[in-house]
Amino acid sequence: MTDTAFAEAPAAQQAPPRRLVVTMQNVSKMFSNGTLALKDMSLDVRPGEFISLLGPSGCGKSTALRIIAGLGQASTGTIDWPSSKINSKGLPEGDVGFVFQEPTLMPWQTVFGNVYLPLKLRGVSKSAAREKVMENLASVGLADFAEAYPRELSGGMKMRVSIARALVTRPKLLLMDEPFAALDEITRQKLNDDVLDLWARTGVTVIFVTHSVYESAYLSNRIVVMRARPGQVFSDLEIDQPAERDSAYRTSEAYREICEMVSDSLQTAIHSAES
Amino acid sequence: MSEATASDHIREERVRREAEAPATPATVETETKGTDSAVTIVRPRMTNREKILQIVVPIVALGLGILAWHLFVTLNEVPTYILPGPVDTVNALLFDSATLWPALWVTVRITFSALAVALIGGVILAILIVQSRLFELALFPFAVILQVTPIIAVAPLILIYAPDTPTALMICAFLVAFFPILSNTAQGLKSVDHNLMNLFELYGAKSWQTLLFLKIPGSMPYFMAGLRIGGGLALIAAVVAEFAAGSAGQGSGLAFRLLESQYRLNLPRLFAALILLCCTGIAIFALTSFISWLTLHKWHESAIKREN
Repeated sequence: MTDTAFAEAPAAQQAPPRRLVVTMQNVSKMFSNGTLALKDMSLDVRPGEFISLLGPSGCGKSTALRIIAGLGQASTGTIDWPSSKINSKGLPEGDVGFVFQEPTLMPWQTVFGNVYLPLKLRGVSKSAAREKVMENLASVGLADFAEAYPRELSGGMKMRVSIARALVTRPKLLLMDEPFAALDEITRQKLNDDVLDLWARTGVTVIFVTHSVYESAYLSNRIVVMRARPGQVFSDLEIDQPAERDSAYRTSEAYREICEMVSDSLQTAIHSAES
Repeated sequence: MSEATASDHIREERVRREAEAPATPATVETETKGTDSAVTIVRPRMTNREKILQIVVPIVALGLGILAWHLFVTLNEVPTYILPGPVDTVNALLFDSATLWPALWVTVRITFSALAVALIGGVILAILIVQSRLFELALFPFAVILQVTPIIAVAPLILIYAPDTPTALMICAFLVAFFPILSNTAQGLKSVDHNLMNLFELYGAKSWQTLLFLKIPGSMPYFMAGLRIGGGLALIAAVVAEFAAGSAGQGSGLAFRLLESQYRLNLPRLFAALILLCCTGIAIFALTSFISWLTLHKWHESAIKREN
């Protein structure tokens, strides 16, 4: 298995660059209607991390994710992508994959066409992209559905297409905005396992927005708990657990303890916002 | 119109692929009606019966209508100058073909050239409106003035300015067909999923890429609604404008032949002309519907049969 995240720098395999993937310093975001969505957020994202942004609705976690993606400017503060090539607009072009809350597929394109899109926008021809697209479809278990249209797929399958599309450019950073919130519990657990598997295989850095304590505790090795009004980082928890997460881990004492710790922190965050 | 085709593709559809895997979908049981046939045999038979019904019922109904018309005329001995029967009408269609067919050709030519110009103009203008806010603002008053003025009221003016009558008729038909196409296409181009816009922005798409790969395909359902409305209106406008023009002679279309038949109380020919117009309308509707189906049947809800 090749280390895809650092494929551009093969010499770095012995000593992988430990440059940060994203660094935010005192980033605030004020919407045009005067709402302060995010206040003084500072966050350093190290390569290979799986970070969950956890918090109640309105805590600015989606806003933060969009700023990290380069969609929408921060009102104050600075954000940088130290390990990415920055384009003329000051954005890390091609190094970020984004999975939205909805699958956000083009209904007039086949599954193949949807996954091919990021490469198409870069001017890669269809025949040159075919292998890469099919490889990514296979990695989410949808190789047989390449010619299907999104309307023929179930909600979980659409989400898989969305994930394959986000990974097709081999991004350094994968941003996921409550991707499984609309799915049923069984599909959600399956997709959680799939995401962990993809994370382990590709070495991509993941920032995962969620409002589920259990999901964040299961997936991440770092949980950033946020509080609302104004959106702020409340606590930054390192989860010191082995990478092996499976159904046995779901029922383990260690998992329960983490859930409790995270849940406590979230409760304190919510109460501190109310008082 | 455009509301009916609004982007409802978010709606969850039945997942056929998953339903077909185990041979026990609840839907099939209601269709079998106690037969012991296998699922795979039952389904096509149902659809075949449905297909035959779909063809036979309208034809029989239409035939009965014509028969009733024929019986009414012959039993009541209605004179032809008041209401010709279907036989007289068909005779007129056959024997007046020397006057009717060239007239039909004139009307069809005006309708289609007007529709073609309206399509090109409407789509280009819609794209300009969506790409440039300044252009949209500048165009807005003209669009409103032209849209709220009944175009037929402008016809006498166009007849003065245009070099000849066919051109004048074409301009009238164009003006009528133009706005539904323009407004539907512009609406469609603007109604793109915001998350998809974000996605294109994230991947650094150039504005021509966003237009070509996202906005234009996404606006197709709206454009098709505009095309169907515009196609029907172009024919209506071509006829009404010819009434207004009142031109006569060699180069005249079906509308003039209608008026002429009325003056001469030649009702069979009037009916024949009406039938030709009706057939032209049907042909335009069928053609635009077919183009719409061709573009949308693979992905848009409006072109897909609902399964419950």
